[in-house]
Amino acid sequence: MKLAATLCALVAALFLASLLTGWVAANPAAALRALVAGDGTPLSVVMQDIRLPRAILAVMVGASLGLAGAALQGYLRNPLAEPGLIGVSGAAALGAVIAIQTGLALVFPLALPLSALAGAVAAVLLILMLAGPRGGSITLILAGIAISALAGALTSLVLNLSPNPFAAADIVFWMMGSLADRSFQHVWLALPFMALGWALLLSTGRALDALTLGEDAARAMGVDPFRLRVTLVLGTASAVGAATAVAGAIGFVGLVVPHLLRPFVGARPSQLLWASALGGAAMVLAADIAVREVLPERDLKLGVVMALVGAPLFLHLIYRTRREMA
Amino acid sequence: MSASVRTSRFISLVAALALSGAAAAGPPERVVSVNLCTDQLALMLAAPGQLVSVSRLAHDAESSAMAEAARAIPPNGSRAEEVYLLQPDLVLAGTFTDPATVAMLRDLGIRVELFEPARSLADVPANLNRMGRLLGREAQAADMIAAYERDLAALSVDLAPRPRAALYYVNSYTAGDRSLAGAILRAAGFDNVAAETGLDWGGVIPLERLVMLAPDVIIEGRDYPGQARAEDNLNHPALAALKDTRKAGHLTDRDWICGTPQVLEAVRAMRDLRLSLEPAR
Repeated sequence: MKLAATLCALVAALFLASLLTGWVAANPAAALRALVAGDGTPLSVVMQDIRLPRAILAVMVGASLGLAGAALQGYLRNPLAEPGLIGVSGAAALGAVIAIQTGLALVFPLALPLSALAGAVAAVLLILMLAGPRGGSITLILAGIAISALAGALTSLVLNLSPNPFAAADIVFWMMGSLADRSFQHVWLALPFMALGWALLLSTGRALDALTLGEDAARAMGVDPFRLRVTLVLGTASAVGAATAVAGAIGFVGLVVPHLLRPFVGARPSQLLWASALGGAAMVLAADIAVREVLPERDLKLGVVMALVGAPLFLHLIYRTRREMA
Repeated sequence: MSASVRTSRFISLVAALALSGAAAAGPPERVVSVNLCTDQLALMLAAPGQLVSVSRLAHDAESSAMAEAARAIPPNGSRAEEVYLLQPDLVLAGTFTDPATVAMLRDLGIRVELFEPARSLADVPANLNRMGRLLGREAQAADMIAAYERDLAALSVDLAPRPRAALYYVNSYTAGDRSLAGAILRAAGFDNVAAETGLDWGGVIPLERLVMLAPDVIIEGRDYPGQARAEDNLNHPALAALKDTRKAGHLTDRDWICGTPQVLEAVRAMRDLRLSLEPAR
């Protein structure tokens, strides 16, 4: 419970910091007053329509990615499983890009998250098929590389075929992710799908705990492997799909956060789930503050910051699992 | 035997080059333009048959103010290979044309003239004058310059107060006073808020900053065909939430980007906007 309180306090503090970070260096008290007032002054428009949805989305996206990472790692019993690395985010981005470029998202806004979700489902199913239920590191990573590469190439292809001269530049957004200038439209679009994903993933806690004892023991304890698998696929796809549809593919959150928090929860997957959701929210909030502090005018992509933090850890994990791979 | 054939081919090639060099002394006869702005300048000034190809963009009515006239002339994709095969004696390009294309054409012995993008309304007569000289159509250019200067003087607005306007393009880009778009805005009686942020030619104006500047008018860049996430900034709810800011719709790109007399249409549209603001004040 101490961990929960600490993480909640951290998320709350970073949320506040995120609201106070931005181009306009306003007095914090005045900024918060403007946030509540909503009197149509420029400062209150900035606070209510630009910064508030951005901070809320950072929490939602971070929680989704952290939770999905922890659930995938618990299920595959492999610390390298992460939605970005195994291609789920990339495939979701492809789905989102197809919905936007076909004009479907314009006629029917829900097509954006739905199509991203479909991409994510396809990628998770493909990963589980290729890597098997035990999720050996080599097959998992190779399958992830292949799916990421394919999804990335198809995303680039679709964007290059667009008649819009700016579509090709969007490739960076879809591959690296950003929360710049998102609005409440995106919050409302993503929230139902993410909430569904969170509920599904959090419900797998008991089964994931049982799975640490081995598959036979888990089955003896009443875990239905098929049901667990379906719940995990749909939960991951809806959370990651919705996050990617509005913020692009942000990697490494689901890798770094569970890794950092595992020692605090005694390696129990069920505890790691909620802890990683909170931790993911804190991580993305922090990264989103960093991109605005470092290069305020340039819309530095979140994926850049996350990769700078996450890639060294990824290398470290590969080094550690070398014995398993050999 | 074969060696002598090769030699005679070489001689005839040299002769051909020498002849084409000699022809360059008079006005060029086969002019190819590979840049949207030189396309339009050449379309205005060239003698019938003198301009043999224009860039593909010139045919697009959203980008080109002279799309109709341009459609009578075959388009090119602005690549060295196809331009060379058109056997031009003058190629018109912009300073932003791919340098590899320009270098290749020059290596192949073709004269390439580069035009800088216009940055002010005074660049229009300068462009017309230069294009007139290049095409041997000085008299037509002089007439066009006189008409332009007369019309511009008639259109310019000098009303106080000058409303504060923002140009807001895809990816939060804005144009400053030292750009053609900024000059159009100024001539029509607006002050550009980009100047308040220290951007003199243009650059990125973060959405937050634009909102805090609370301009009197926001004029948005054109809506391109198809979809891009980069265009989302134009539809952000924060812009609609600003109470005292008028969103004045999208500018007509074709009148704003090239330093041709067509900019008068943009000045006229902005002047109408400026005058429509008057009763409210």
